Amino acid sequence: MGSSALRPVKESVDAARFPHSLPPDGLTRKGPTPVPMASTPTLPPLLRESGQREVFCGLTSIVWLHRRMPDAFFLVVGSRTCAHLVQSAAGVMIFAEPRFGTAILGERDLAGLADANEELDRVVNDLLERRPEIRTLFLVGSCPSEVIKLDLAKAAERINTRMRGRVRVVNYSGSGIETTFTQGEDGALSALVPLLPSSDEKQLLLVGTLADGVEDRFLTLFERLGVGPVRSLPPRQSTALPAVGPGTKLLLAQPFLSDTVRALERRGATRLASPYPLGVEGSRAWMAAAAAAFGVDPNLVAEVLDPLVERGRRALAPLRRQLEGKRLFLMPDSQLEIPLARFLSRECGMELVEVGTPYLDRPLMAEELALLPQGTQLSEGQDLERQLERVRAARPDLVVCGLGIANPLEAEGIATKWSIELVFSPIHGIDQAADLAELFARPLHRRQLLKWN
Amino acid sequence: MELTLWTYEGPPHVGAMRIAASMEGLHYVLHAPQGDTYADLLFTMIERRDRRPPVTYTTFQARDLGGDTAELVKRSIQQAVDRFKPEALLVGESCTAELIQDQPGALAGGMNLGVPVVNLELPAYSKKENWGAAETLYQLCRTLLREQLPAPGTPRPSPDRWRAEGRRPRVNLLGPSLLGFRCRDDIKEIRGLLGEHGIDVNVVAPMGARPADLVRLPEADANICLYPEVAGPLCSWLERQFGTPVVRTVPIGVGATRRFLAELSAVLDLEAPEANEADLRSRMPWYSRSVDSTYLTGKRVFIFADATHAIAAARIAADELGFTVVGLGTYSRELAREVRATAKELGLEALITDDYLAVEKAMGEAAPELVLGTQMERHSAKRLGIPCAVISAPLHVQDVPARYAPQMGWEGANVIFDSWVHPLMMGLEEHLIGMFRHDFEFVEGHRSHLAEGAPPRQAAAPEPALAAVAGSATAAASATLAPPTVTEGTAVWSADGEAALRKIPFFVRGKVKTNTETFARDHGVASITEEVLYDAKAHYSK
Ligand code: SF4
Repeated sequence: MGSSALRPVKESVDAARFPHSLPPDGLTRKGPTPVPMASTPTLPPLLRESGQREVFCGLTSIVWLHRRMPDAFFLVVGSRTCAHLVQSAAGVMIFAEPRFGTAILGERDLAGLADANEELDRVVNDLLERRPEIRTLFLVGSCPSEVIKLDLAKAAERINTRMRGRVRVVNYSGSGIETTFTQGEDGALSALVPLLPSSDEKQLLLVGTLADGVEDRFLTLFERLGVGPVRSLPPRQSTALPAVGPGTKLLLAQPFLSDTVRALERRGATRLASPYPLGVEGSRAWMAAAAAAFGVDPNLVAEVLDPLVERGRRALAPLRRQLEGKRLFLMPDSQLEIPLARFLSRECGMELVEVGTPYLDRPLMAEELALLPQGTQLSEGQDLERQLERVRAARPDLVVCGLGIANPLEAEGIATKWSIELVFSPIHGIDQAADLAELFARPLHRRQLLKWN
Repeated sequence: MELTLWTYEGPPHVGAMRIAASMEGLHYVLHAPQGDTYADLLFTMIERRDRRPPVTYTTFQARDLGGDTAELVKRSIQQAVDRFKPEALLVGESCTAELIQDQPGALAGGMNLGVPVVNLELPAYSKKENWGAAETLYQLCRTLLREQLPAPGTPRPSPDRWRAEGRRPRVNLLGPSLLGFRCRDDIKEIRGLLGEHGIDVNVVAPMGARPADLVRLPEADANICLYPEVAGPLCSWLERQFGTPVVRTVPIGVGATRRFLAELSAVLDLEAPEANEADLRSRMPWYSRSVDSTYLTGKRVFIFADATHAIAAARIAADELGFTVVGLGTYSRELAREVRATAKELGLEALITDDYLAVEKAMGEAAPELVLGTQMERHSAKRLGIPCAVISAPLHVQDVPARYAPQMGWEGANVIFDSWVHPLMMGLEEHLIGMFRHDFEFVEGHRSHLAEGAPPRQAAAPEPALAAVAGSATAAASATLAPPTVTEGTAVWSADGEAALRKIPFFVRGKVKTNTETFARDHGVASITEEVLYDAKAHYSK
């Protein structure tokens, strides 16, 4: 049902396709701890769990995607539950003219698909009439729309023909039976891939939503490195879609974009293998990977980035003192768990008790996995109650988890960091490494501050 | 199909969760996909609950659909019963599971679980959260009381049987639940009020009750329907089946609390309460009569809430504070009739809608000076620059205060006086600040503590995310240093101009100086003489 179904693990199927190809000046040069990049550490067998999952569905990514593309509207075709999920995840972000909404299916729509299609057209018409500034309309499928087999691709086609270019309508599924939390962005971006113009031009394409400020910073640095042109998917304006083709080098800003990457590769692009730009080390390697692909002299890379690395590490030092030796348990949620675990263990000295991930895409995680300390216990999927038993037994110093679990664990005396903040905060890049570490140090610091006697 | 940008109520299974999470010893198995687990955060974040709601989700996936989802349901039910050992089990489905028709309730019924099982059928495509809560509470009690149902024709118990039995009268408090507005504190207030009148509380439900407590519901001499949205159907059923009389006045406000006590006394055959009880027990009547409150007279107030709180607020506003109600509405369609009736008494037409933009539009047109609403009206009022107090669910975490802040009873009336009048005073201060807008003390940023009444600066309020952006403390900031402000063509003060300026009292001198300089700049004056200063004064006093 849809191409982005919660994918079963493809055990190292693609490992050979993505050899660890970090440039020679990558991490080893002035990295915090020089490691041989190409050797995969021995990790214990993956713990695969299937049971109750406590993870949002892909609809959640609308919350950051609509802010990234202010000229787009995200229309969920679903139930009152879907509407309630998105507004609960968005929290206090309440807009006079919101750029997301839900076409809530009623009993009549369930009775006959013909009516449902007509109804959808009517709702979209009303919406577009009221909001002429909308340039791209994302029709977002949900569990109910998938189960009743409402064909949103056909609906998009129909509306596109009718609108004749005034608005572009695309569709993807954010349903909870097929996607988790951040995978919704993967769906949205892969829906855009067929619309990208073709170009053979050599260019760097940053894939995945970055905070605007963080992105600007990267653009500045790429310019200093002489890497360019640099484009982004998603773009800041939904109509300013980047081109793609054989000259396109993909640099992934986010680790949850499996389908998008594969779709872009089918358009001729090649993915630059690299860890993700979290932490000093990951961010440096990430930019260096792009520099190497663009034939930049490693000396220039060192000249531009190493002062930042120095400064970034200085900023990290006091936070490292707070985090060092602290035991960390990451529950599966945002799909950022593995890169975070890598950053928090290698640069902040934390000990990893368990690193959960909703699903493991080994090719996209290869460079990250290679950097994890020996013996790191990875788990994929979830059986919530059993995982909580492991948390209680291990008594970690900090648990990274979803909003539903945080306060209950705190009440049991276990410090937590909510993972949803990580997808809303500017955490990428060398300059943000200390901020990122601070997000994890704060709950621990807070516990030290509070005194009740 | 209906376009919804924001919804006051969640789906009906969230109402069922409110019942399950409010009680002890009850568990809810919900056939639902993983995304539906978001609902846990409503309890753990908004209500700051220290434990997860007692809900097991099957979290079926697309790949399960081809196989045997019924097996998954049964496994989840068995595991939940084994792990949590509930005294009673709710079994139901969310919107998606309703479509695949596994009928989890029927499956559970065939499993020999050894606990009472309630098969919840909550139509997700036509009903909403409050309906779901009411239906769940009703179905749960019906299941648990099945064996106690009196035979048809059994005479109704006499409301003063307590006398014959030589005990104090006792009542049930029905309806308080998590995510309801101030229920926690209302229970305490009403318990105290009843105690003062020699009435015991038999059972409070659902909040804090166990299934075993629900079995004792018929032992009460009367049921108090504190929150009709949640307890209405149950109270009616208990009245029909067990003959238990229902007290339906909701004691929010001084007058309503008095009417509540009067109704209760009549039902239980007690002596009527003293006429001056309200004055003795609540400060609200005197605060409202005191001269300081004169300025409240005729304040235009717009009310939109659940039916219970909207009706109560309208009465308090009109009768106890001397406001003019300029708009009244609710999203509770089940109780629309009652709200319409109250609106009519006030010469208004009730607004019955769940479209917050329609509410905002009506609010704007009514031009109120105070808005009483839900957290959504707080946002709308903020956009329109109107002071607002929250009086009803749906809640934001800030609407669940740490302090004791009931809405019901005598103390509730005090709390209401404070929390409605406070934003009005803030609004007044804001107005004064507007008058002195040009004073240097009142530059932007000094006003942030008045955010409640401040005029909108931008349409959106993406607080947490933006706060995070603003909080990027380290090196990134160094890349973008703003250039120093360049003041073009700053005028020079002449000697006589400066002399005149010195004669102006120091506490307004700064303002006059700035205003005069602005005036000079706007009018292309290069040298500020005494005359220019007076020109500026005349200009600004217009
Ligand atoms: S899990 Fe499915 S039904 Fe639930 S909110 Fe997500 S898309 Fe909607």
